[in-house]
Amino acid sequence: MTLRDIRRRIRSVQSTQKITRAMKLVAAAKLRRAQERILQARPYAAKMAELVAGLALRAGEEGHPLLARRAGGRRLLVVISADKGLCGAFNSNVLRAALAFLREGGEAESSLVVVGRKARDFFRRRSWPIRAQRVGFLDRLGFEEIREIAAELMGVYLAEEVDEVHLLYNEFRSVAVQRAVRRQLLPIQSEGAAPEAPTADYLYEPSPGAILAALLPRHVEGQLYRALLESLAGEYGARMTAMEAATKNAQEMIERLTIDYNKARQERITKELLDIVGGAEALRKSAAA
Amino acid sequence: MEGRLHLELATPTRLVVSEEVEEVVAPGLLGYFGVLPGHAPFLTTLGVGEVIYRRDGREHYLAVTGGFAEVGPERVIILAETAERSEEIDTGRARTALERAEGRLAGRAREEIDYDRALRARTRAATRLQVAGRR
Repeated sequence: MTLRDIRRRIRSVQSTQKITRAMKLVAAAKLRRAQERILQARPYAAKMAELVAGLALRAGEEGHPLLARRAGGRRLLVVISADKGLCGAFNSNVLRAALAFLREGGEAESSLVVVGRKARDFFRRRSWPIRAQRVGFLDRLGFEEIREIAAELMGVYLAEEVDEVHLLYNEFRSVAVQRAVRRQLLPIQSEGAAPEAPTADYLYEPSPGAILAALLPRHVEGQLYRALLESLAGEYGARMTAMEAATKNAQEMIERLTIDYNKARQERITKELLDIVGGAEALRKSAAA
Repeated sequence: MEGRLHLELATPTRLVVSEEVEEVVAPGLLGYFGVLPGHAPFLTTLGVGEVIYRRDGREHYLAVTGGFAEVGPERVIILAETAERSEEIDTGRARTALERAEGRLAGRAREEIDYDRALRARTRAATRLQVAGRR
Protein backbone atom coordinates (compact mmCIF):
# COMPACT_ATOMS: atom_id res chain seq x y z
CA MET A 1 0.00 0.00 0.00
CA THR A 2 1.24 3.42 -0.80
CA LEU A 3 1.25 6.16 1.81
CA ARG A 4 -1.78 7.74 0.23
CA ASP A 5 -3.71 4.45 0.30
CA ILE A 6 -3.04 4.06 3.99
CA ARG A 7 -4.06 7.61 4.70
CA ARG A 8 -7.29 7.03 2.83
CA ARG A 9 -7.98 3.83 4.80
CA ILE A 10 -7.41 5.61 8.07
CA ARG A 11 -9.80 8.37 7.16
CA SER A 12 -12.45 5.90 6.11
CA VAL A 13 -12.18 3.90 9.32
CA GLN A 14 -12.32 7.11 11.30
CA SER A 15 -15.57 8.15 9.73
CA THR A 16 -17.03 4.68 10.31
CA GLN A 17 -15.98 4.99 13.92
CA LYS A 18 -17.74 8.34 14.20
CA ILE A 19 -20.94 6.67 13.04
CA THR A 20 -20.65 3.69 15.36
CA ARG A 21 -19.89 5.99 18.29
CA ALA A 22 -22.92 8.14 17.52
CA MET A 23 -25.11 5.04 17.20
CA LYS A 24 -23.86 3.83 20.53
CA LEU A 25 -24.75 7.11 22.21
CA VAL A 26 -28.20 7.17 20.63
CA ALA A 27 -28.83 3.57 21.69
CA ALA A 28 -27.71 4.38 25.23
CA ALA A 29 -30.13 7.30 25.47
CA LYS A 30 -32.99 5.23 24.07
CA LEU A 31 -32.14 2.37 26.39
CA ARG A 32 -32.43 4.66 29.40
CA ARG A 33 -35.84 5.81 28.23
CA ALA A 34 -37.00 2.24 27.57
CA GLN A 35 -35.88 1.13 31.02
CA GLU A 36 -37.72 4.08 32.53
CA ARG A 37 -40.87 2.99 30.68
CA ILE A 38 -40.53 -0.53 32.03
CA LEU A 39 -40.33 0.83 35.57
CA GLN A 40 -43.33 3.09 34.97
CA ALA A 41 -45.40 0.21 33.64
CA ARG A 42 -44.67 -2.03 36.61
CA PRO A 43 -47.16 -0.80 39.25
CA TYR A 44 -50.13 -1.19 36.91
CA ALA A 45 -49.03 -4.59 35.68
CA ALA A 46 -48.34 -5.91 39.17
CA LYS A 47 -51.71 -4.85 40.57
CA MET A 48 -53.46 -6.12 37.46
CA ALA A 49 -51.84 -9.55 37.78
CA GLU A 50 -52.90 -9.70 41.43
CA LEU A 51 -56.51 -8.79 40.67
CA VAL A 52 -56.70 -11.24 37.79
CA ALA A 53 -55.24 -14.03 39.89
CA GLY A 54 -57.73 -13.39 42.68
CA LEU A 55 -60.79 -13.16 40.47
CA ALA A 56 -59.81 -15.95 38.11
CA LEU A 57 -59.34 -18.23 41.07
CA ARG A 58 -62.90 -17.53 42.14
CA ALA A 59 -64.33 -17.80 38.66
CA GLY A 60 -62.39 -20.86 37.50
CA GLU A 61 -61.63 -21.71 33.90
CA GLU A 62 -65.28 -21.52 32.93
CA GLY A 63 -65.44 -17.99 34.27
CA HIS A 64 -64.42 -16.39 31.02
CA PRO A 65 -63.58 -17.56 27.47
CA LEU A 66 -60.14 -15.91 27.69
CA LEU A 67 -59.33 -18.27 30.56
CA ALA A 68 -60.67 -21.44 28.99
CA ARG A 69 -58.15 -24.03 27.86
CA ARG A 70 -59.15 -25.74 24.64
CA ALA A 71 -58.19 -29.18 23.48
CA GLY A 72 -57.10 -28.26 19.95
CA GLY A 73 -53.43 -27.74 19.17
CA ARG A 74 -53.58 -24.82 16.77
CA ARG A 75 -51.01 -22.34 17.97
CA LEU A 76 -50.54 -18.73 16.99
CA LEU A 77 -47.03 -17.42 17.49
CA VAL A 78 -46.33 -13.72 17.80
CA VAL A 79 -42.66 -13.09 17.09
CA ILE A 80 -41.27 -9.77 18.25
CA SER A 81 -38.04 -8.65 16.58
CA ALA A 82 -36.48 -5.27 15.90
CA ASP A 83 -37.15 -3.11 12.86
CA LYS A 84 -33.44 -2.58 12.32
CA GLY A 85 -30.27 -4.58 12.45
CA LEU A 86 -26.81 -3.63 13.73
CA CYS A 87 -27.60 -5.07 17.13
CA GLY A 88 -25.54 -8.24 17.30
CA ALA A 89 -27.37 -11.52 17.63
CA PHE A 90 -30.55 -9.85 18.94
CA ASN A 91 -32.72 -10.65 15.93
CA SER A 92 -31.21 -13.98 14.97
CA ASN A 93 -31.69 -15.30 18.52
CA VAL A 94 -35.40 -14.71 18.57
CA LEU A 95 -35.90 -15.76 14.95
CA ARG A 96 -34.07 -19.02 15.44
CA ALA A 97 -36.20 -19.79 18.48
CA ALA A 98 -39.32 -18.93 16.51
CA LEU A 99 -38.39 -21.23 13.67
CA ALA A 100 -37.74 -24.07 16.09
CA PHE A 101 -41.09 -23.53 17.79
CA LEU A 102 -42.96 -23.42 14.48
CA ARG A 103 -41.28 -26.56 13.13
CA GLU A 104 -42.00 -28.43 16.32
CA GLY A 105 -45.69 -27.58 16.04
CA GLY A 106 -45.89 -28.35 12.34
CA GLU A 107 -46.71 -25.85 9.64
CA ALA A 108 -50.37 -26.78 9.45
CA GLU A 109 -50.99 -26.35 13.14
CA SER A 110 -49.10 -23.09 13.61
CA SER A 111 -49.77 -19.62 12.37
CA LEU A 112 -47.57 -16.62 12.64
CA VAL A 113 -47.83 -12.93 13.43
CA VAL A 114 -44.65 -10.93 13.00
CA VAL A 115 -43.79 -7.71 14.78
CA GLY A 116 -40.77 -5.82 13.48
CA ARG A 117 -39.22 -5.66 10.00
CA LYS A 118 -36.52 -8.19 10.73
CA ALA A 119 -38.99 -10.92 11.62
CA ARG A 120 -41.15 -10.13 8.61
CA ASP A 121 -38.21 -10.22 6.20
CA PHE A 122 -36.87 -13.41 7.75
CA PHE A 123 -40.11 -15.38 7.34
CA ARG A 124 -40.89 -13.83 4.00
CA ARG A 125 -37.53 -15.02 2.66
CA ARG A 126 -38.42 -18.51 3.83
CA SER A 127 -41.89 -18.08 2.31
CA TRP A 128 -43.46 -18.98 5.61
CA PRO A 129 -47.15 -18.00 5.65
CA ILE A 130 -47.57 -14.82 7.70
CA ARG A 131 -50.97 -14.19 9.16
CA ALA A 132 -50.42 -10.56 10.11
CA GLN A 133 -47.53 -8.17 10.36
CA ARG A 134 -46.76 -5.04 12.29
CA VAL A 135 -43.68 -3.09 11.34
CA GLY A 136 -42.21 0.37 11.66
CA PHE A 137 -43.80 1.51 14.91
CA LEU A 138 -41.42 0.13 17.52
CA ASP A 139 -39.29 3.24 17.74
CA ARG A 140 -42.29 5.32 18.79
CA LEU A 141 -44.31 2.64 20.51
CA GLY A 142 -47.53 3.98 22.00
CA PHE A 143 -50.32 2.26 23.82
CA GLU A 144 -52.74 2.65 20.91
CA GLU A 145 -50.78 0.07 18.89
CA ILE A 146 -50.82 -2.27 21.86
CA ARG A 147 -54.61 -1.99 22.10
CA GLU A 148 -55.01 -2.70 18.39
CA ILE A 149 -52.70 -5.70 18.34
CA ALA A 150 -54.17 -7.13 21.53
CA ALA A 151 -57.70 -6.71 20.16
CA GLU A 152 -56.72 -8.56 16.99
CA LEU A 153 -55.13 -11.41 18.90
CA MET A 154 -58.07 -11.76 21.27
CA GLY A 155 -60.44 -11.62 18.32
CA VAL A 156 -58.68 -14.49 16.57
CA TYR A 157 -58.63 -16.48 19.78
CA LEU A 158 -62.26 -15.88 20.70
CA ALA A 159 -63.35 -16.74 17.15
CA GLU A 160 -61.68 -20.11 17.86
CA GLU A 161 -59.41 -19.82 14.85
CA VAL A 162 -56.54 -20.77 17.14
CA ASP A 163 -56.38 -22.53 20.49
CA GLU A 164 -53.32 -20.87 21.97
CA VAL A 165 -51.48 -17.62 21.48
CA HIS A 166 -47.80 -17.39 22.37
CA LEU A 167 -45.42 -14.46 22.46
CA LEU A 168 -41.78 -14.95 21.57
CA TYR A 169 -39.45 -12.07 22.29
CA ASN A 170 -36.12 -11.05 23.69
CA GLU A 171 -36.25 -10.50 27.41
CA PHE A 172 -34.05 -7.77 28.81
CA ARG A 173 -31.71 -9.33 31.35
CA SER A 174 -29.00 -6.68 31.41
CA VAL A 175 -27.53 -4.19 28.99
CA ALA A 176 -25.38 -6.87 27.41
CA VAL A 177 -27.66 -9.88 27.85
CA GLN A 178 -30.97 -10.64 26.18
CA ARG A 179 -32.65 -13.99 26.16
CA ALA A 180 -35.31 -15.25 23.79
CA VAL A 181 -38.32 -16.28 25.88
CA ARG A 182 -41.73 -17.65 25.02
CA ARG A 183 -44.79 -16.78 27.07
CA GLN A 184 -48.31 -17.96 26.63
CA LEU A 185 -50.62 -14.99 26.15
CA LEU A 186 -53.91 -16.86 25.66
CA PRO A 187 -55.63 -18.56 27.27
CA ILE A 188 -54.61 -16.48 30.27
CA GLN A 189 -52.74 -18.53 32.81
CA SER A 190 -53.62 -17.26 36.23
CA GLU A 191 -51.32 -19.50 38.20
CA GLY A 192 -48.74 -17.97 40.50
CA ALA A 193 -49.12 -14.58 42.15
CA ALA A 194 -51.60 -15.72 44.77
CA PRO A 195 -53.47 -12.66 46.00
CA GLU A 196 -51.92 -11.24 49.14
CA ALA A 197 -55.25 -10.86 50.91
CA PRO A 198 -58.24 -13.16 50.61
CA THR A 199 -60.59 -11.54 48.13
CA ALA A 200 -63.70 -13.16 49.53
CA ASP A 201 -64.64 -10.23 51.73
CA TYR A 202 -64.72 -7.67 48.94
CA LEU A 203 -67.81 -5.96 47.75
CA TYR A 204 -67.98 -6.05 43.98
CA GLU A 205 -69.52 -3.45 41.79
CA PRO A 206 -71.12 -4.44 39.47
CA SER A 207 -70.18 -8.15 40.02
CA PRO A 208 -67.06 -10.32 40.15
CA GLY A 209 -67.85 -11.75 36.74
CA ALA A 210 -68.34 -8.36 35.13
CA ILE A 211 -65.16 -7.01 36.66
CA LEU A 212 -63.22 -10.05 35.52
CA ALA A 213 -64.58 -9.65 31.99
CA ALA A 214 -63.39 -6.04 31.95
CA LEU A 215 -60.09 -6.90 33.60
CA LEU A 216 -58.90 -9.71 31.34
CA PRO A 217 -58.55 -7.74 28.08
CA ARG A 218 -56.61 -5.03 29.96
CA HIS A 219 -54.40 -7.74 31.40
CA VAL A 220 -53.66 -9.10 27.93
CA GLU A 221 -52.78 -5.60 26.75
CA GLY A 222 -50.48 -5.20 29.71
CA GLN A 223 -48.68 -8.47 28.96
CA LEU A 224 -48.21 -7.51 25.34
CA TYR A 225 -46.98 -4.05 26.31
CA ARG A 226 -44.47 -5.56 28.68
CA ALA A 227 -43.16 -7.96 26.04
CA LEU A 228 -42.69 -5.11 23.57
CA LEU A 229 -40.98 -2.90 26.13
CA GLU A 230 -38.64 -5.72 27.13
CA SER A 231 -37.80 -6.37 23.52
CA LEU A 232 -37.25 -2.67 22.90
CA ALA A 233 -34.93 -2.28 25.87
CA GLY A 234 -33.13 -5.44 24.79
CA GLU A 235 -32.71 -4.12 21.27
CA TYR A 236 -31.18 -0.86 22.44
CA GLY A 237 -28.95 -2.70 24.88
CA ALA A 238 -27.79 -5.07 22.16
CA ARG A 239 -27.18 -2.23 19.74
CA MET A 240 -25.26 -0.29 22.33
CA THR A 241 -23.03 -3.28 23.06
CA ALA A 242 -22.53 -4.03 19.37
CA MET A 243 -21.66 -0.44 18.54
CA GLU A 244 -19.34 -0.20 21.49
CA ALA A 245 -17.44 -3.22 20.18
CA ALA A 246 -17.43 -1.78 16.67
CA THR A 247 -16.03 1.51 17.95
CA LYS A 248 -13.29 -0.35 19.80
CA ASN A 249 -12.43 -2.44 16.74
CA ALA A 250 -12.25 0.70 14.64
CA GLN A 251 -9.88 2.24 17.18
CA GLU A 252 -7.61 -0.79 17.01
CA MET A 253 -7.64 -0.69 13.25
CA ILE A 254 -6.78 2.98 13.22
CA GLU A 255 -3.86 2.35 15.54
CA ARG A 256 -2.57 -0.48 13.38
CA LEU A 257 -2.91 1.54 10.22
CA THR A 258 -1.17 4.50 11.84
CA ILE A 259 1.80 2.29 12.70
CA ASP A 260 1.86 1.00 9.12
CA TYR A 261 1.67 4.55 7.91
CA ASN A 262 4.56 5.71 10.06
CA LYS A 263 6.65 2.73 9.04
CA ALA A 264 5.98 3.34 5.38
CA ARG A 265 6.75 7.02 5.78
CA GLN A 266 10.00 6.31 7.56
CA GLU A 267 10.98 3.82 4.91
CA ARG A 268 10.35 6.37 2.23
CA ILE A 269 12.38 9.03 4.00
CA THR A 270 15.22 6.58 4.54
CA LYS A 271 15.11 5.66 0.91
CA GLU A 272 15.14 9.29 -0.13
CA LEU A 273 18.03 10.00 2.19
CA LEU A 274 19.95 7.05 0.78
CA ASP A 275 19.28 8.32 -2.70
CA ILE A 276 20.56 11.78 -1.80
CA VAL A 277 23.58 10.47 0.06
CA GLY A 278 24.32 8.04 -2.75
CA GLY A 279 23.92 10.80 -5.30
CA ALA A 280 26.18 13.18 -3.35
CA GLU A 281 28.78 10.45 -2.90
CA ALA A 282 28.77 9.73 -6.60
CA LEU A 283 29.19 13.43 -7.38
CA ARG A 284 32.07 13.78 -4.92
CA LYS A 285 33.80 10.72 -6.37
CA SER A 286 33.49 11.97 -9.92
CA ALA A 287 34.74 15.42 -8.86
CA ALA A 288 37.74 13.87 -7.12
CA ALA A 289 38.61 11.70 -10.08
CA MET B 1 -59.13 12.75 60.95
CA GLU B 2 -58.09 9.34 62.15
CA GLY B 3 -56.38 6.78 59.95
CA ARG B 4 -54.40 7.14 56.79
CA LEU B 5 -55.28 6.64 53.19
CA HIS B 6 -52.75 5.90 50.51
CA LEU B 7 -53.78 6.66 46.95
CA GLU B 8 -52.06 5.00 44.06
CA LEU B 9 -53.19 5.81 40.53
CA ALA B 10 -51.49 4.00 37.68
CA THR B 11 -52.09 3.68 33.94
CA PRO B 12 -50.53 0.97 31.77
CA THR B 13 -47.74 3.39 30.85
CA ARG B 14 -47.02 5.26 34.06
CA LEU B 15 -47.56 5.73 37.76
CA VAL B 16 -49.47 9.00 38.01
CA VAL B 17 -50.15 9.41 41.74
CA SER B 18 -48.66 7.76 44.81
CA GLU B 19 -49.51 9.92 47.82
CA GLU B 20 -50.94 9.98 51.32
CA VAL B 21 -54.33 11.64 51.05
CA GLU B 22 -57.34 12.48 53.20
CA GLU B 23 -60.13 11.72 50.77
CA VAL B 24 -60.66 10.32 47.28
CA VAL B 25 -63.63 10.68 44.96
CA ALA B 26 -63.76 8.51 41.84
CA PRO B 27 -66.18 7.88 38.97
CA GLY B 28 -67.56 4.38 39.53
CA LEU B 29 -69.42 2.86 36.64
CA LEU B 30 -72.64 3.30 38.61
CA GLY B 31 -71.86 6.80 39.84
CA TYR B 32 -69.26 8.75 41.79
CA PHE B 33 -68.19 7.42 45.16
CA GLY B 34 -66.13 8.95 47.92
CA VAL B 35 -63.56 7.16 50.07
CA LEU B 36 -62.40 8.17 53.53
CA PRO B 37 -59.95 6.23 55.70
CA GLY B 38 -61.52 3.06 57.07
CA HIS B 39 -63.72 2.41 54.06
CA ALA B 40 -65.11 -1.11 53.57
CA PRO B 41 -63.11 -3.06 50.96
CA PHE B 42 -64.57 -3.14 47.51
CA LEU B 43 -63.62 -3.55 43.89
CA THR B 44 -65.28 -1.67 41.08
CA THR B 45 -64.96 -0.73 37.45
CA LEU B 46 -64.62 2.95 36.59
CA GLY B 47 -66.29 5.07 33.96
CA VAL B 48 -65.06 8.22 32.28
CA GLY B 49 -64.82 11.10 34.68
CA GLU B 50 -62.97 12.99 37.35
CA VAL B 51 -60.84 11.64 40.15
CA ILE B 52 -60.60 14.15 42.96
CA TYR B 53 -58.34 13.71 45.94
CA ARG B 54 -57.70 15.95 48.90
CA ARG B 55 -54.29 16.27 50.41
CA ASP B 56 -53.39 18.73 53.19
CA GLY B 57 -56.76 20.37 52.63
CA ARG B 58 -56.08 21.05 48.93
CA GLU B 59 -58.02 19.35 46.18
CA HIS B 60 -56.37 17.82 43.12
CA TYR B 61 -58.13 16.77 39.95
CA LEU B 62 -57.49 14.19 37.26
CA ALA B 63 -59.40 13.17 34.17
CA VAL B 64 -59.59 9.38 33.82
CA THR B 65 -61.12 7.11 31.22
CA GLY B 66 -62.19 3.69 32.35
CA GLY B 67 -60.40 1.24 34.58
CA PHE B 68 -60.71 -0.26 38.04
CA ALA B 69 -60.49 0.78 41.63
CA GLU B 70 -59.61 -1.37 44.59
CA VAL B 71 -60.59 0.22 47.86
CA GLY B 72 -59.40 -0.89 51.26
CA PRO B 73 -59.48 0.70 54.71
CA GLU B 74 -56.03 2.21 54.26
CA ARG B 75 -55.53 2.43 50.54
CA VAL B 76 -57.13 3.12 47.20
CA ILE B 77 -55.57 1.70 44.08
CA ILE B 78 -56.87 3.03 40.79
CA LEU B 79 -55.91 1.37 37.55
CA ALA B 80 -57.08 3.71 34.81
CA GLU B 81 -56.80 3.25 31.08
CA THR B 82 -55.72 6.86 30.77
CA ALA B 83 -55.24 9.58 33.37
CA GLU B 84 -54.19 13.19 33.16
CA ARG B 85 -53.68 15.69 35.94
CA SER B 86 -55.68 18.84 35.39
CA GLU B 87 -52.53 20.85 34.74
CA GLU B 88 -51.37 18.39 32.07
CA ILE B 89 -54.49 18.62 29.93
CA ASP B 90 -54.13 20.25 26.55
CA THR B 91 -57.33 22.29 26.48
CA GLY B 92 -56.91 23.24 22.83
CA ARG B 93 -56.80 19.61 21.81
CA ALA B 94 -59.70 18.70 24.07
CA ARG B 95 -61.79 21.51 22.61
CA THR B 96 -61.03 20.40 19.04
CA ALA B 97 -61.94 16.82 19.98
CA LEU B 98 -65.20 18.00 21.53
CA GLU B 99 -66.15 19.99 18.43
CA ARG B 100 -65.25 17.11 16.16
CA ALA B 101 -67.33 14.69 18.21
CA GLU B 102 -70.28 17.06 18.26
CA GLY B 103 -70.02 17.58 14.52
CA ARG B 104 -70.14 13.83 14.01
CA LEU B 105 -73.08 13.39 16.35
CA ALA B 106 -75.07 16.12 14.63
CA GLY B 107 -74.82 14.44 11.25
CA ARG B 108 -75.47 10.85 12.28
CA ALA B 109 -78.29 8.50 12.94
CA ARG B 110 -78.21 6.65 16.24
CA GLU B 111 -77.77 3.23 14.77
CA GLU B 112 -74.53 3.99 12.95
CA ILE B 113 -71.46 2.30 14.34
CA ASP B 114 -69.57 5.54 14.71
CA TYR B 115 -72.28 7.03 16.84
CA ASP B 116 -71.17 5.21 19.94
CA ARG B 117 -67.59 6.09 19.36
CA ALA B 118 -68.40 9.77 18.83
CA LEU B 119 -70.54 9.75 21.96
CA ARG B 120 -67.67 8.35 23.98
CA ALA B 121 -65.25 10.82 22.43
CA ARG B 122 -67.57 13.66 23.40
CA THR B 123 -67.78 12.47 27.01
CA ARG B 124 -64.02 12.13 27.18
CA ALA B 125 -63.35 15.56 25.74
CA ALA B 126 -66.00 17.22 27.90
CA THR B 127 -64.54 15.59 31.02
CA ARG B 128 -61.04 16.71 30.14
CA LEU B 129 -62.22 20.27 29.63
CA GLN B 130 -64.12 20.23 32.89
CA VAL B 131 -61.09 18.91 34.78
CA ALA B 132 -58.79 21.39 33.07
CA GLY B 133 -61.14 24.16 34.20
CA ARG B 134 -60.43 23.18 37.82
CA ARG B 135 -56.88 24.32 37.96
